[in-house]
Amino acid sequence: MNINIGEILLKLWNDSGFAAIASGFISDNGWQYAVMLIISFVLLYLAIVKKFEPLLLVGIAFGCLLSNLPKGGLYHQELWDAFMDPNSPLYHSYGEIMRNGGLLDIFYIGVKTSLYPCLIFMGVGAMTDFGPLISNPKSLLLGAAAQMGVFAAFFGANALGFNVNEAASIGIIGGADGPTAIFLTTKLAPHLLGAIAVAAYSYMALIPLIQPPFMRLLTTPEQRKIKMVQTRTVSKTEKIIFPIVVTVFVALLLPDTAALIGCLMLGNLLKETGVTDRLSDTVQNALMNIVTILLSTAVGATMVGSNFLTAETLKIIVLGVCAFALSTCGGLLGGQVMCLLTKGKINPLIGSAGVSAVPMAARVANVEGQKYNPSNFLLMHAMGPNVAGVIGSAIAAGFLLSVCQLLG
Amino acid sequence: MLTNVSLMDAGILAALGYGVVFAGLVVLMIVIILVGKVFSAKKKKASAEAAAPVEVEEAPAAPLAPGSAGQLKLYDTPPKTAAMLMAIVADKLGKPLNELRFISIKEVK
Repeated sequence: MNINIGEILLKLWNDSGFAAIASGFISDNGWQYAVMLIISFVLLYLAIVKKFEPLLLVGIAFGCLLSNLPKGGLYHQELWDAFMDPNSPLYHSYGEIMRNGGLLDIFYIGVKTSLYPCLIFMGVGAMTDFGPLISNPKSLLLGAAAQMGVFAAFFGANALGFNVNEAASIGIIGGADGPTAIFLTTKLAPHLLGAIAVAAYSYMALIPLIQPPFMRLLTTPEQRKIKMVQTRTVSKTEKIIFPIVVTVFVALLLPDTAALIGCLMLGNLLKETGVTDRLSDTVQNALMNIVTILLSTAVGATMVGSNFLTAETLKIIVLGVCAFALSTCGGLLGGQVMCLLTKGKINPLIGSAGVSAVPMAARVANVEGQKYNPSNFLLMHAMGPNVAGVIGSAIAAGFLLSVCQLLG
Repeated sequence: MLTNVSLMDAGILAALGYGVVFAGLVVLMIVIILVGKVFSAKKKKASAEAAAPVEVEEAPAAPLAPGSAGQLKLYDTPPKTAAMLMAIVADKLGKPLNELRFISIKEVK
Protein backbone atom coordinates (compact mmCIF):
# COMPACT_ATOMS: atom_id res chain seq x y z
CA MET A 1 0.00 0.00 0.00
CA ASN A 2 1.35 3.39 -0.99
CA ILE A 3 1.08 6.26 1.45
CA ASN A 4 0.24 9.55 -0.17
CA ILE A 5 1.41 12.24 2.26
CA GLY A 6 -0.16 15.02 0.20
CA GLU A 7 -3.54 13.30 0.30
CA ILE A 8 -3.30 12.89 4.08
CA LEU A 9 -2.38 16.53 4.59
CA LEU A 10 -5.20 17.63 2.29
CA LYS A 11 -7.68 15.53 4.24
CA LEU A 12 -6.42 16.96 7.52
CA TRP A 13 -6.90 20.45 6.11
CA ASN A 14 -10.38 19.68 4.77
CA ASP A 15 -11.40 18.19 8.13
CA SER A 16 -10.13 21.19 10.06
CA GLY A 17 -12.23 24.03 11.36
CA PHE A 18 -9.98 26.50 9.53
CA ALA A 19 -11.12 25.06 6.21
CA ALA A 20 -14.73 25.17 7.34
CA ILE A 21 -14.42 28.85 8.26
CA ALA A 22 -12.49 29.66 5.05
CA SER A 23 -14.82 27.82 2.70
CA GLY A 24 -18.09 28.75 4.33
CA PHE A 25 -17.24 32.23 5.52
CA ILE A 26 -19.62 33.98 3.17
CA SER A 27 -21.80 31.29 1.66
CA ASP A 28 -22.61 29.24 4.75
CA ASN A 29 -22.78 31.80 7.56
CA GLY A 30 -19.20 30.97 8.48
CA TRP A 31 -18.83 34.56 9.66
CA GLN A 32 -21.17 33.76 12.52
CA TYR A 33 -18.61 31.36 13.99
CA ALA A 34 -15.99 34.08 13.87
CA VAL A 35 -18.27 36.64 15.53
CA MET A 36 -19.29 34.18 18.23
CA LEU A 37 -15.65 33.35 18.91
CA ILE A 38 -14.95 37.07 19.34
CA ILE A 39 -17.96 37.36 21.69
CA SER A 40 -16.63 34.45 23.74
CA PHE A 41 -13.24 36.18 24.01
CA VAL A 42 -14.94 39.39 25.16
CA LEU A 43 -16.91 37.47 27.78
CA LEU A 44 -13.73 35.75 28.97
CA TYR A 45 -12.09 39.17 29.25
CA LEU A 46 -15.02 40.54 31.27
CA ALA A 47 -14.98 37.52 33.56
CA ILE A 48 -11.23 37.26 34.12
CA VAL A 49 -10.04 40.86 33.95
CA LYS A 50 -13.16 42.78 35.03
CA LYS A 51 -14.31 39.99 37.37
CA PHE A 52 -17.96 40.04 36.18
CA GLU A 53 -19.47 36.99 37.93
CA PRO A 54 -16.34 35.00 37.00
CA LEU A 55 -17.54 31.72 38.51
CA LEU A 56 -20.29 31.58 35.93
CA LEU A 57 -19.11 33.77 33.10
CA VAL A 58 -15.85 31.86 32.54
CA GLY A 59 -17.86 28.66 31.99
CA ILE A 60 -20.47 30.40 29.82
CA ALA A 61 -17.79 32.04 27.67
CA PHE A 62 -15.83 28.81 27.30
CA GLY A 63 -18.99 26.85 26.46
CA CYS A 64 -19.69 29.46 23.78
CA LEU A 65 -16.13 29.09 22.51
CA LEU A 66 -16.37 25.29 22.32
CA SER A 67 -19.75 25.14 20.60
CA ASN A 68 -18.69 27.69 17.97
CA LEU A 69 -15.58 25.84 16.88
CA PRO A 70 -16.53 24.49 13.44
CA LYS A 71 -16.56 20.71 13.22
CA GLY A 72 -15.94 20.46 16.95
CA GLY A 73 -19.03 18.30 17.27
CA LEU A 74 -19.46 19.16 20.93
CA TYR A 75 -22.91 20.69 20.63
CA HIS A 76 -25.55 20.02 17.98
CA GLN A 77 -28.25 22.66 17.70
CA GLU A 78 -30.02 20.60 15.03
CA LEU A 79 -30.47 17.70 17.48
CA TRP A 80 -32.11 19.99 20.02
CA ASP A 81 -34.29 21.58 17.32
CA ALA A 82 -35.54 18.08 16.43
CA PHE A 83 -35.91 17.33 20.15
CA MET A 84 -38.23 20.33 20.50
CA ASP A 85 -40.20 19.77 17.31
CA PRO A 86 -43.47 17.91 18.02
CA ASN A 87 -43.60 16.79 14.37
CA SER A 88 -40.15 15.21 14.48
CA PRO A 89 -39.71 11.47 15.19
CA LEU A 90 -36.96 12.56 17.59
CA TYR A 91 -39.34 14.71 19.65
CA HIS A 92 -38.25 14.55 23.31
CA SER A 93 -35.84 11.71 22.49
CA TYR A 94 -33.05 11.80 25.03
CA GLY A 95 -31.89 8.51 23.52
CA GLU A 96 -31.06 10.28 20.27
CA ILE A 97 -29.11 12.93 22.17
CA MET A 98 -27.16 10.25 24.05
CA ARG A 99 -26.44 8.32 20.84
CA ASN A 100 -25.43 11.16 18.55
CA GLY A 101 -24.81 14.12 20.83
CA GLY A 102 -21.47 15.60 21.76
CA LEU A 103 -20.09 16.27 25.21
CA LEU A 104 -21.89 19.59 25.58
CA ASP A 105 -25.16 18.01 24.42
CA ILE A 106 -24.82 15.56 27.29
CA PHE A 107 -24.08 18.45 29.68
CA TYR A 108 -27.13 20.27 28.34
CA ILE A 109 -29.46 17.43 29.30
CA GLY A 110 -29.00 18.60 32.91
CA VAL A 111 -30.23 22.07 31.93
CA LYS A 112 -33.08 20.70 29.84
CA THR A 113 -34.32 18.53 32.70
CA SER A 114 -33.97 21.50 35.15
CA LEU A 115 -31.55 19.39 37.18
CA TYR A 116 -28.77 21.99 37.36
CA PRO A 117 -30.86 25.05 38.31
CA CYS A 118 -32.51 23.03 41.07
CA LEU A 119 -29.18 21.75 42.41
CA ILE A 120 -27.78 25.29 42.31
CA PHE A 121 -30.82 26.41 44.29
CA MET A 122 -30.06 23.68 46.84
CA GLY A 123 -26.58 25.13 47.24
CA VAL A 124 -27.97 28.66 47.53
CA GLY A 125 -30.35 27.43 50.23
CA ALA A 126 -27.50 25.79 52.15
CA MET A 127 -25.55 29.06 52.03
CA THR A 128 -28.45 31.31 53.02
CA ASP A 129 -29.36 32.43 56.51
CA PHE A 130 -33.08 33.14 56.60
CA GLY A 131 -32.75 34.51 60.16
CA PRO A 132 -33.11 38.18 59.13
CA LEU A 133 -36.27 37.34 57.18
CA ILE A 134 -37.76 35.28 60.03
CA SER A 135 -37.02 38.03 62.56
CA ASN A 136 -38.60 40.65 60.31
CA PRO A 137 -41.23 38.93 58.12
CA LYS A 138 -42.35 42.28 56.71
CA SER A 139 -39.24 42.03 54.53
CA LEU A 140 -41.28 39.70 52.35
CA LEU A 141 -43.29 42.70 51.16
CA LEU A 142 -40.11 44.30 49.83
CA GLY A 143 -39.21 41.03 48.11
CA ALA A 144 -42.63 41.15 46.43
CA ALA A 145 -42.41 44.84 45.50
CA ALA A 146 -39.06 44.25 43.82
CA GLN A 147 -40.62 41.84 41.30
CA MET A 148 -42.09 44.83 39.47
CA GLY A 149 -39.41 44.65 36.77
CA VAL A 150 -40.33 41.04 35.98
CA PHE A 151 -43.86 41.96 35.00
CA ALA A 152 -42.96 45.30 33.43
CA ALA A 153 -40.42 43.54 31.18
CA PHE A 154 -42.99 40.83 30.43
CA PHE A 155 -45.34 43.57 29.23
CA GLY A 156 -42.55 45.34 27.33
CA ALA A 157 -41.45 42.14 25.60
CA ASN A 158 -45.02 41.52 24.47
CA ALA A 159 -45.15 45.06 23.12
CA LEU A 160 -41.93 44.42 21.17
CA GLY A 161 -43.44 41.42 19.44
CA PHE A 162 -42.16 38.47 21.45
CA ASN A 163 -44.66 35.69 22.02
CA VAL A 164 -45.96 35.06 25.52
CA ASN A 165 -43.43 32.29 26.32
CA GLU A 166 -40.50 34.42 25.20
CA ALA A 167 -41.86 37.46 27.04
CA ALA A 168 -42.14 35.48 30.27
CA SER A 169 -38.55 34.22 29.90
CA ILE A 170 -37.28 37.75 29.25
CA GLY A 171 -39.31 39.17 32.12
CA ILE A 172 -37.79 36.82 34.66
CA ILE A 173 -34.40 38.48 34.10
CA GLY A 174 -35.85 41.18 36.39
CA GLY A 175 -35.91 38.62 39.18
CA ALA A 176 -32.10 38.88 39.24
CA ASP A 177 -31.91 35.19 39.92
CA GLY A 178 -29.84 33.15 37.46
CA PRO A 179 -31.10 29.63 38.26
CA THR A 180 -34.73 30.79 38.14
CA ALA A 181 -34.16 32.52 34.79
CA ILE A 182 -32.53 29.38 33.36
CA PHE A 183 -35.24 27.14 34.84
CA LEU A 184 -38.05 29.16 33.24
CA THR A 185 -36.34 29.85 29.92
CA THR A 186 -35.45 26.19 29.41
CA LYS A 187 -39.10 25.32 29.80
CA LEU A 188 -40.61 28.18 27.79
CA ALA A 189 -38.12 29.55 25.26
CA PRO A 190 -34.99 27.37 25.09
CA HIS A 191 -33.79 29.10 21.91
CA LEU A 192 -33.29 32.28 23.95
CA LEU A 193 -31.41 30.57 26.78
CA GLY A 194 -27.94 31.81 25.85
CA ALA A 195 -28.96 35.46 25.48
CA ILE A 196 -31.09 35.45 28.64
CA ALA A 197 -28.45 33.73 30.76
CA VAL A 198 -25.72 36.10 29.60
CA ALA A 199 -27.97 39.13 30.18
CA ALA A 200 -29.08 37.91 33.62
CA TYR A 201 -25.58 37.11 34.91
CA SER A 202 -23.99 40.20 33.35
CA TYR A 203 -26.53 42.51 34.93
CA MET A 204 -26.17 40.75 38.29
CA ALA A 205 -22.47 41.52 38.10
CA LEU A 206 -23.34 45.13 37.27
CA ILE A 207 -25.70 45.62 40.22
CA PRO A 208 -23.24 47.97 42.01
CA LEU A 209 -23.41 50.19 38.92
CA ILE A 210 -27.10 49.79 38.01
CA GLN A 211 -28.74 50.26 41.41
CA PRO A 212 -27.12 53.30 43.11
CA PRO A 213 -28.44 55.97 40.68
CA PHE A 214 -32.00 54.75 41.28
CA MET A 215 -31.36 54.55 45.03
CA ARG A 216 -30.35 58.21 45.03
CA LEU A 217 -33.22 59.18 42.76
CA LEU A 218 -35.94 57.59 44.88
CA THR A 219 -34.73 58.37 48.41
CA THR A 220 -33.76 61.54 50.25
CA PRO A 221 -30.37 61.95 51.99
CA GLU A 222 -32.20 62.03 55.34
CA GLN A 223 -33.92 58.72 54.60
CA ARG A 224 -30.60 57.12 53.64
CA LYS A 225 -29.28 57.99 57.11
CA ILE A 226 -32.06 56.15 58.95
CA LYS A 227 -30.69 53.63 61.42
CA MET A 228 -32.81 50.56 61.88
CA VAL A 229 -33.28 48.87 65.26
CA GLN A 230 -31.84 45.46 65.97
CA THR A 231 -34.25 42.68 65.10
CA ARG A 232 -35.12 39.90 67.53
CA THR A 233 -33.05 36.77 67.94
CA VAL A 234 -34.39 33.78 66.02
CA SER A 235 -34.31 30.39 67.74
CA LYS A 236 -32.82 27.32 66.10
CA THR A 237 -36.20 25.59 66.11
CA GLU A 238 -37.73 28.46 64.14
CA LYS A 239 -34.94 28.23 61.58
CA ILE A 240 -35.61 24.49 61.21
CA ILE A 241 -39.37 24.91 60.88
CA PHE A 242 -39.09 27.80 58.37
CA PRO A 243 -37.96 25.82 55.29
CA ILE A 244 -40.59 23.16 55.94
CA VAL A 245 -43.39 25.72 56.28
CA VAL A 246 -42.28 27.67 53.18
CA THR A 247 -41.99 24.50 51.07
CA VAL A 248 -45.44 23.27 52.02
CA PHE A 249 -47.04 26.70 51.58
CA VAL A 250 -45.40 27.78 48.30
CA ALA A 251 -45.59 24.34 46.67
CA LEU A 252 -49.30 24.18 47.48
CA LEU A 253 -49.84 27.72 46.19
CA LEU A 254 -47.88 27.27 42.94
CA PRO A 255 -47.01 23.62 42.30
CA ASP A 256 -44.87 24.63 39.30
CA THR A 257 -42.34 26.16 41.69
CA ALA A 258 -42.14 23.05 43.87
CA ALA A 259 -38.85 21.93 42.29
CA LEU A 260 -37.09 25.26 42.80
CA ILE A 261 -38.48 26.11 46.24
CA GLY A 262 -38.19 22.50 47.37
CA CYS A 263 -34.49 22.38 46.52
CA LEU A 264 -33.83 25.83 48.00
CA MET A 265 -35.47 24.87 51.26
CA LEU A 266 -33.95 21.38 51.37
CA GLY A 267 -30.51 22.98 51.15
CA ASN A 268 -31.46 25.38 53.94
CA LEU A 269 -32.86 22.57 56.08
CA LEU A 270 -29.60 20.61 55.69
CA LYS A 271 -27.78 23.68 57.00
CA GLU A 272 -30.09 24.40 59.91
CA THR A 273 -30.79 20.94 61.31
CA GLY A 274 -27.31 20.63 62.76
CA VAL A 275 -27.38 16.86 62.20
CA THR A 276 -26.51 16.91 58.48
CA ASP A 277 -23.37 19.03 58.52
CA ARG A 278 -21.59 16.74 56.07
CA LEU A 279 -24.39 16.99 53.54
CA SER A 280 -24.68 20.74 54.01
CA ASP A 281 -20.95 21.10 53.44
CA THR A 282 -21.12 18.99 50.26
CA VAL A 283 -24.09 20.93 48.86
CA GLN A 284 -22.48 24.30 49.62
CA ASN A 285 -19.09 23.45 48.19
CA ALA A 286 -18.41 20.33 46.11
CA LEU A 287 -21.85 19.87 44.57
CA MET A 288 -22.35 23.59 43.97
CA ASN A 289 -18.99 23.87 42.23
CA ILE A 290 -19.51 20.81 40.05
CA VAL A 291 -22.98 21.90 38.98
CA THR A 292 -21.78 25.45 38.34
CA ILE A 293 -19.19 24.11 35.89
CA LEU A 294 -21.72 21.90 34.09
CA LEU A 295 -24.46 24.54 34.05
CA SER A 296 -22.33 27.43 32.87
CA THR A 297 -20.63 25.42 30.13
CA ALA A 298 -23.91 23.95 28.91
CA VAL A 299 -25.62 27.36 28.87
CA GLY A 300 -22.66 28.86 27.01
CA ALA A 301 -22.90 26.06 24.47
CA THR A 302 -26.38 27.21 23.47
CA MET A 303 -24.90 30.49 22.21
CA VAL A 304 -24.56 29.37 18.63
CA GLY A 305 -24.44 32.07 15.98
CA SER A 306 -27.74 31.26 14.31
CA ASN A 307 -29.57 31.67 17.64
CA PHE A 308 -27.53 34.43 19.21
CA LEU A 309 -26.72 36.86 16.40
CA THR A 310 -30.23 38.15 15.96
CA ALA A 311 -32.09 41.39 16.63
CA GLU A 312 -33.90 39.54 19.43
CA THR A 313 -30.67 39.31 21.42
CA LEU A 314 -30.28 43.08 21.37
CA LYS A 315 -33.89 43.50 22.45
CA ILE A 316 -33.34 41.01 25.28
CA ILE A 317 -30.28 42.91 26.47
CA VAL A 318 -32.22 46.20 26.52
CA LEU A 319 -35.30 44.65 28.14
CA GLY A 320 -33.07 42.92 30.69
CA VAL A 321 -31.50 46.13 31.94
CA CYS A 322 -34.94 47.78 32.06
CA ALA A 323 -36.23 44.81 34.09
CA PHE A 324 -33.34 45.15 36.58
CA ALA A 325 -33.84 48.91 36.90
CA LEU A 326 -37.61 48.64 37.37
CA SER A 327 -37.25 45.86 39.95
CA THR A 328 -34.86 48.12 41.87
CA CYS A 329 -37.38 50.97 41.65
CA GLY A 330 -40.21 48.66 42.78
CA GLY A 331 -38.22 47.62 45.84
CA LEU A 332 -37.30 51.21 46.66
CA LEU A 333 -40.91 52.36 46.33
CA GLY A 334 -41.94 49.48 48.59
CA GLY A 335 -39.28 50.69 51.04
CA GLN A 336 -40.72 54.21 50.86
CA VAL A 337 -44.20 52.95 51.68
CA MET A 338 -42.87 50.96 54.65
CA CYS A 339 -40.82 53.95 55.79
CA LEU A 340 -43.97 56.06 55.72
CA LEU A 341 -46.11 53.48 57.51
CA THR A 342 -43.52 52.91 60.26
CA LYS A 343 -42.93 56.67 60.66
CA GLY A 344 -39.33 56.53 59.55
CA LYS A 345 -38.20 53.31 61.23
CA ILE A 346 -37.42 51.52 57.95
CA ASN A 347 -34.59 52.75 55.75
CA PRO A 348 -36.05 52.62 52.19
CA LEU A 349 -32.64 51.68 50.78
CA ILE A 350 -33.15 48.08 51.93
CA GLY A 351 -36.02 47.80 49.42
CA SER A 352 -33.51 47.71 46.58
CA ALA A 353 -32.13 44.45 47.99
CA GLY A 354 -35.48 42.79 47.22
CA VAL A 355 -34.27 42.09 43.69
CA SER A 356 -32.66 38.84 44.87
CA ALA A 357 -29.02 38.62 43.61
CA VAL A 358 -27.92 37.36 47.04
CA PRO A 359 -25.88 38.88 48.67
CA MET A 360 -24.70 41.50 46.17
CA ALA A 361 -27.87 43.64 46.34
CA ALA A 362 -27.81 43.66 50.17
CA ARG A 363 -24.16 44.73 50.10
CA VAL A 364 -24.98 47.58 47.72
CA ALA A 365 -27.75 48.80 50.07
CA ASN A 366 -25.30 48.66 52.99
CA VAL A 367 -22.57 50.54 51.11
CA GLU A 368 -25.00 53.21 49.93
CA GLY A 369 -26.35 53.69 53.47
CA GLN A 370 -22.85 54.02 54.91
CA LYS A 371 -22.00 56.76 52.44
CA TYR A 372 -24.50 58.99 54.24
CA ASN A 373 -24.07 57.62 57.75
CA PRO A 374 -20.82 55.70 58.27
CA SER A 375 -22.09 54.19 61.53
CA ASN A 376 -25.15 52.72 59.80
CA PHE A 377 -25.02 48.96 59.20
CA LEU A 378 -27.90 47.97 56.96
CA LEU A 379 -26.49 44.65 55.78
CA MET A 380 -28.47 42.34 58.08
CA HIS A 381 -31.64 44.40 57.59
CA ALA A 382 -31.16 44.24 53.80
CA MET A 383 -30.61 40.48 53.88
CA GLY A 384 -34.31 40.02 54.79
CA PRO A 385 -35.66 41.54 51.55
CA ASN A 386 -32.74 39.98 49.67
CA VAL A 387 -33.68 36.39 50.52
CA ALA A 388 -37.37 37.31 50.23
CA GLY A 389 -36.56 38.27 46.64
CA VAL A 390 -35.40 34.69 45.96
CA ILE A 391 -38.76 33.35 47.12
CA GLY A 392 -40.58 36.15 45.27
CA SER A 393 -38.85 35.48 41.97
CA ALA A 394 -39.58 31.76 42.30
CA ILE A 395 -43.27 32.56 42.83
CA ALA A 396 -43.19 34.93 39.84
CA ALA A 397 -41.61 32.16 37.73
CA GLY A 398 -44.28 29.72 38.89
CA PHE A 399 -47.02 32.17 37.91
CA LEU A 400 -45.52 32.81 34.46
CA LEU A 401 -45.00 29.09 33.85
CA SER A 402 -48.54 28.34 34.83
CA VAL A 403 -49.98 31.12 32.62
CA CYS A 404 -47.85 30.12 29.62
CA GLN A 405 -48.89 26.48 29.95
CA LEU A 406 -52.49 27.64 29.92
CA LEU A 407 -52.05 29.93 26.91
CA GLY A 408 -49.60 27.74 25.01
CA MET B 1 -48.30 26.60 19.09
CA LEU B 2 -46.78 29.76 20.57
CA THR B 3 -49.22 32.50 21.38
CA ASN B 4 -49.05 36.25 21.02
CA VAL B 5 -51.29 38.12 23.42
CA SER B 6 -52.67 41.60 22.93
CA LEU B 7 -51.14 44.49 24.84
CA MET B 8 -54.27 44.76 26.97
CA ASP B 9 -54.06 41.08 27.90
CA ALA B 10 -50.32 41.39 28.56
CA GLY B 11 -51.02 44.30 30.91
CA ILE B 12 -53.72 42.36 32.72
CA LEU B 13 -51.43 39.32 33.06
CA ALA B 14 -48.59 41.51 34.34
CA ALA B 15 -50.81 43.17 36.95
CA LEU B 16 -52.29 39.82 37.94
CA GLY B 17 -48.84 38.25 38.28
CA TYR B 18 -47.59 41.10 40.44
CA GLY B 19 -50.70 40.73 42.58
CA VAL B 20 -50.22 36.97 42.92
CA VAL B 21 -46.60 37.45 44.05
CA PHE B 22 -47.76 40.02 46.63
CA ALA B 23 -50.63 37.85 47.82
CA GLY B 24 -48.39 34.79 48.13
CA LEU B 25 -45.74 36.61 50.10
CA VAL B 26 -48.30 38.42 52.31
CA VAL B 27 -49.84 35.08 53.30
CA LEU B 28 -46.35 33.67 53.88
CA MET B 29 -45.57 36.72 56.03
CA ILE B 30 -48.67 36.07 58.12
CA VAL B 31 -47.71 32.42 58.55
CA ILE B 32 -44.17 33.39 59.65
CA ILE B 33 -45.51 36.02 62.07
CA LEU B 34 -47.89 33.46 63.61
CA VAL B 35 -45.13 30.86 63.97
CA GLY B 36 -42.91 33.57 65.49
CA LYS B 37 -45.64 34.51 67.98
CA VAL B 38 -46.05 30.88 69.03
CA PHE B 39 -42.32 30.64 69.67
CA SER B 40 -42.19 33.99 71.50
CA ALA B 41 -45.05 32.87 73.76
CA LYS B 42 -43.28 29.58 74.46
CA LYS B 43 -40.05 31.42 75.18
CA LYS B 44 -41.78 33.81 77.60
CA LYS B 45 -43.44 30.90 79.38
CA ALA B 46 -40.11 29.08 79.68
CA SER B 47 -38.42 32.26 81.00
CA ALA B 48 -41.19 32.72 83.58
CA GLU B 49 -40.83 29.13 84.74
CA ALA B 50 -37.06 29.50 84.97
CA ALA B 51 -37.44 32.66 87.05
CA ALA B 52 -39.96 31.12 89.48
CA PRO B 53 -37.56 28.88 91.56
CA VAL B 54 -35.45 31.95 92.39
CA GLU B 55 -38.47 33.58 94.02
CA VAL B 56 -39.24 30.41 95.99
CA GLU B 57 -35.69 30.36 97.34
CA GLU B 58 -35.90 33.99 98.39
CA ALA B 59 -39.30 33.72 100.07
CA PRO B 60 -38.38 31.59 103.14
CA ALA B 61 -35.48 33.86 104.11
CA ALA B 62 -36.17 34.88 107.74
CA PRO B 63 -36.09 38.54 108.69
CA LEU B 64 -33.07 39.67 110.57
CA ALA B 65 -33.32 39.47 114.36
CA PRO B 66 -33.39 42.89 116.03
CA GLY B 67 -30.37 41.99 118.11
CA SER B 68 -28.15 41.50 115.11
CA ALA B 69 -28.37 45.10 114.09
CA GLY B 70 -25.38 47.41 114.30
CA GLN B 71 -21.72 46.94 113.61
CA LEU B 72 -19.25 44.98 115.66
CA LYS B 73 -16.04 46.81 116.50
CA LEU B 74 -12.92 44.71 116.68
CA TYR B 75 -9.79 45.89 118.57
CA ASP B 76 -6.66 43.83 117.91
CA THR B 77 -8.88 40.79 117.15
CA PRO B 78 -8.89 38.97 113.86
CA PRO B 79 -12.42 38.37 112.38
CA LYS B 80 -11.94 34.61 112.53
CA THR B 81 -11.25 34.70 116.27
CA ALA B 82 -14.19 37.08 116.81
CA ALA B 83 -16.56 34.72 114.99
CA MET B 84 -15.33 31.83 117.14
CA LEU B 85 -15.78 33.84 120.35
CA MET B 86 -19.32 34.89 119.44
CA ALA B 87 -20.25 31.27 118.68
CA ILE B 88 -18.85 30.12 122.09
CA VAL B 89 -20.76 32.87 123.94
CA ALA B 90 -24.02 31.99 122.18
CA ASP B 91 -23.49 28.35 122.99
CA LYS B 92 -22.76 29.06 126.68
CA LEU B 93 -25.84 31.30 126.98
CA GLY B 94 -28.05 28.84 125.12
CA LYS B 95 -29.34 31.59 122.84
CA PRO B 96 -29.35 31.81 119.03
CA LEU B 97 -26.45 33.88 117.77
CA ASN B 98 -28.71 36.26 115.82
CA GLU B 99 -30.53 37.24 118.98
CA LEU B 100 -27.36 38.49 120.62
CA ARG B 101 -25.80 41.87 120.01
CA PHE B 102 -22.06 42.21 120.21
CA ILE B 103 -20.84 45.79 120.49
CA SER B 104 -17.10 45.21 120.42
CA ILE B 105 -14.46 42.60 121.04
CA LYS B 106 -11.12 43.65 122.44
CA GLU B 107 -8.12 41.53 123.24
CA VAL B 108 -7.09 42.01 126.87
CA LYS B 109 -3.33 42.11 127.20
